[in-house]
Amino acid sequence: MASEIMTLNMGPQHPSTHGVLRLVVELDGEVIQKITPHIGYLHRGIEKLAEHRTYHQTLPLTDRMDYLAPMHNNLGYVLAVEKLLGLDVPERAKLVRIIMAELTRLKSHLVWIACHALDIGAMTVFLYAFRERELVMDLYEMVSGARMTSNYFRVGGLSRDLPAGFEQKVQEIVDTFPGHFDTYEGLLTKNTIWLQRTIGNGVISAEDAIDFGISGPALRGSGVDFDLRRDLPYSGYEDFDFKVPVGENCDTFDRYKVRLVEMREAVKIIDQALKKLKPGPILADAPQVCYPPKESVYNSIEGLIHHFKIASEGFPVPEGEVYMAVENPKGELGYYIVSDGGNMPYRMRVRPPSFVNLGAIEKMAKGSMLADLVAVIGTLDIVLGEIDR
Amino acid sequence: MAENNRAVVKLKERFADALLEYKEHRGEVTVTVKKESILEVLKYLRDDLRYNFLSDVTAVDYLGQEPRFMVVYHLLSIPNKDRVRVKAPVTEADCSIDSAAVLWNSANWLEREAYDLFGINFKNHPNLVRILMTDDWVGHPLRKDYPLQGPDREPYKGRLS
Repeated sequence: MASEIMTLNMGPQHPSTHGVLRLVVELDGEVIQKITPHIGYLHRGIEKLAEHRTYHQTLPLTDRMDYLAPMHNNLGYVLAVEKLLGLDVPERAKLVRIIMAELTRLKSHLVWIACHALDIGAMTVFLYAFRERELVMDLYEMVSGARMTSNYFRVGGLSRDLPAGFEQKVQEIVDTFPGHFDTYEGLLTKNTIWLQRTIGNGVISAEDAIDFGISGPALRGSGVDFDLRRDLPYSGYEDFDFKVPVGENCDTFDRYKVRLVEMREAVKIIDQALKKLKPGPILADAPQVCYPPKESVYNSIEGLIHHFKIASEGFPVPEGEVYMAVENPKGELGYYIVSDGGNMPYRMRVRPPSFVNLGAIEKMAKGSMLADLVAVIGTLDIVLGEIDR
Repeated sequence: MAENNRAVVKLKERFADALLEYKEHRGEVTVTVKKESILEVLKYLRDDLRYNFLSDVTAVDYLGQEPRFMVVYHLLSIPNKDRVRVKAPVTEADCSIDSAAVLWNSANWLEREAYDLFGINFKNHPNLVRILMTDDWVGHPLRKDYPLQGPDREPYKGRLS
């Protein structure tokens, strides 16, 4: 019997493709022969917009890219600008950044495990993980006033100090979340359907993962022991004790295990940071860059003028270029900023981990059954807002 | 100092003719090479100096300067935990450079994006088509002379325009 290749449009409306990813899949029966991803449905020209805004005004653009890990996007950007300026931030600001970044890792990985499990057909985990995510979202709201578009970090430190009661709430998360992770593992790690859908699925070797530029948990799932927080540390991560999990079989199950261990390690990092947290300034002593305290803006004309000047004109950044990468929950999130000495970035490039990781989807799924493609999309943990920018 | 950097020392020995500039800024080393030698330099950095991970390929438009474009490669050495930035100037008249997709598969999509948004042609690229904009899009949005508010619109002049 003659075989015929069938072309199938998967997405953008398919639930596993997040509404803005279209995969044109060529199938021989149910076996994938070729995948052509179509992206760009969510392209907002963020890199172009950044060239026309001051450094402070550019910050809110960043947390709108990876809306599951907004503070990581803020962090990469402010670290890049601080590097250009040669500015050091106070210890308290660094620790709060680490706490918020690791809470963000939890938040992002919780959405990943929820949606990945749901894509494969496990609904209970979805409900539990979203329940826990709400607790982290409440903390986001406490510190920044927003549940997703945080805009909390500032060049030089933070927009405001932690509110009263914040540390106790974080401590509750540190105490209770390991038990929740046990629950997810209890539901999935020995579940026959989960094992059959993930073991041996979406295999990509360490050499191929490096060749395709895959980063983050997906790279570590392929057995490459590399984590920017440990190997090229930033923001004080060198002072923390945490494990970097790696996989052995380079498949979807390994990536699942890596992310679960990463969540447990994130809790340990938060715990250590809480213990180190001491009262102190949250902004660098750099009045030409940092906004003045709100009391000064409301109660003195000098403070008001200072605030107005920075808000309207921004601040000049010395000529030069830097690349600053952070370990985002999805992988290496890099900001390449070129300054011409003015108050706006001459060029701001975002190195998006999801974009590069998605480039390997054909390599990972070719030869698999169509149903396995859903698991591969889930295991890459892509966010289209970041891919399209 | 950039002179003492491992990559710079080796590149100076081996690619003296191709090396246009090297410098260090904020602890980051940047090497600028002639575009004709870009593949040889990248291959040497990957194979001999163990910069095995191509993090990023992008471009910068220096409108009004000659050469107008700079193609920028960010390399990472996973074994040595070290980075280097390689740049190659590209003129507006001959807006092309060899594709690094023969060395790393990661260059495939990154170069497609640079082509899409800057209009730089990557020679011998396996599939040089637009990736973020639609196939029939006219112009390259990240060029400095491309209007912020879209085609056929006046350039953005700030919030009061």
